[in-house]
Amino acid sequence: MSGEAHTSSEYIRHHLQNLTFGQLTDGNGGTHWGFAHTAEQAKEMGFWAVNVDTLGFSLVLGALFLWLFHSVAKSVTSGVPSGAQNFVEWVVDFIDDSVRGSFNGKNPLVAPLSLTIFLWIFLMNFMDLLPVDWIPHLATALGVPFLKVVPSTDPNATFGMALSVFALVLYYSIKMKGASGFAGELTLMPFQAKNKLVQVLFMPINLLLEGVTLISKPVSLALRLFGNMYAGEMIFILIAIMYGTGWAMGSFGGFLQLGWAIFHILIITLQAFIFMTLTIVYLDMAHQEHH
Amino acid sequence: MNINATLIGQSITFFFFVWFCMKYVWPPIMQALEARKKQIADGLAAGERGKHEQELAQKRSAEVLVEAKRQAQEIIAKAEKRAAEIVEESKTDAKSEGERILVAARAEIGQEVNRAKEGLRAQVVSIAIAGASKVLEREVDANTHNDLLTKLAAQI
Repeated sequence: MSGEAHTSSEYIRHHLQNLTFGQLTDGNGGTHWGFAHTAEQAKEMGFWAVNVDTLGFSLVLGALFLWLFHSVAKSVTSGVPSGAQNFVEWVVDFIDDSVRGSFNGKNPLVAPLSLTIFLWIFLMNFMDLLPVDWIPHLATALGVPFLKVVPSTDPNATFGMALSVFALVLYYSIKMKGASGFAGELTLMPFQAKNKLVQVLFMPINLLLEGVTLISKPVSLALRLFGNMYAGEMIFILIAIMYGTGWAMGSFGGFLQLGWAIFHILIITLQAFIFMTLTIVYLDMAHQEHH
Repeated sequence: MNINATLIGQSITFFFFVWFCMKYVWPPIMQALEARKKQIADGLAAGERGKHEQELAQKRSAEVLVEAKRQAQEIIAKAEKRAAEIVEESKTDAKSEGERILVAARAEIGQEVNRAKEGLRAQVVSIAIAGASKVLEREVDANTHNDLLTKLAAQI
């Protein structure tokens, strides 16, 4: 809560605004680089602006995950594993099982990709479990106008990952099936005809259907994660508002927050797992030849 | 909630993380897991082999035991046979030796008897001569009656 924001809607809006760095327009028409202090300013910055909080938190969390796993990987032993190695091996084994179960091709990228997706998204989602006001309050005290703690409630983050996965899907589709094979997959199915002329007539229809299927992959990946996390965050914010409305509502809010947080542990893990599994499935489809 | 360049930053970060994970995190851990899997499999196989070998050794030792028993039996039988043989041998040896001694003793006895006979004969002759000379009150010429005397002696 920033100093001047007191009403509920202001509180909510403040919590949902990213800390955006970009080109600001000042009063006399000139521009300079800086942080947006209002939601309108952030909007005016257009595409060439950066959500510093999203990038910062996701970087820190990803680095944390890689640091932990890398430090284990450096001293890994095939003897009796201890502590951190046990945990890391458990996670790696779980991911490896998932990949082996859904991915039939041979690609050394897929398993580490899945591990990264699962743990990174899990950690980003995990930030949701921190009380919603802790870090933003601290940031406000330090003079930072906005701070959104959960990177996966920023569509930029989820679309960034989903589009990266989509790029990999396109790359491997073309690599495995060839450009013509991939084009054929998009245009020659699901409607097929013996007659060449009819087949040509079917092509645009097929392209439309398959194109929608293809495009829906990254969109659904990104929106599913974003939607779940955004809604979860919103509920935490709404519960947090109850704390400011007296003793009875406040303590009731405490119970609600506890219940929702416990339920949310399931959601954040599940969402990370779904994102990972769908990535594996999409890449598996990209590796498969259809005839 | 605006779509902006964060999208690009996030994508770059994502690809960097994936690359790092693929290069430095996944392979060593997977290698260790595979190595452990192999170690365990090897250990189990070795255990199985050891068990099998132990079974074989047990079987072999039983066989050796049976063989040893059989050999011991054989040796005992042989020894018994040999002992019987030795006894037999010494029996026959003793018998022949006894017989030999007996024969020698008999020969000696015979000789002694003959010698005694000779002595007696000579004495009988001289006694007879002495007796006869007493009876005849004269000298008997031994030389004249030698034939007679020898005949007499042979009769004794």
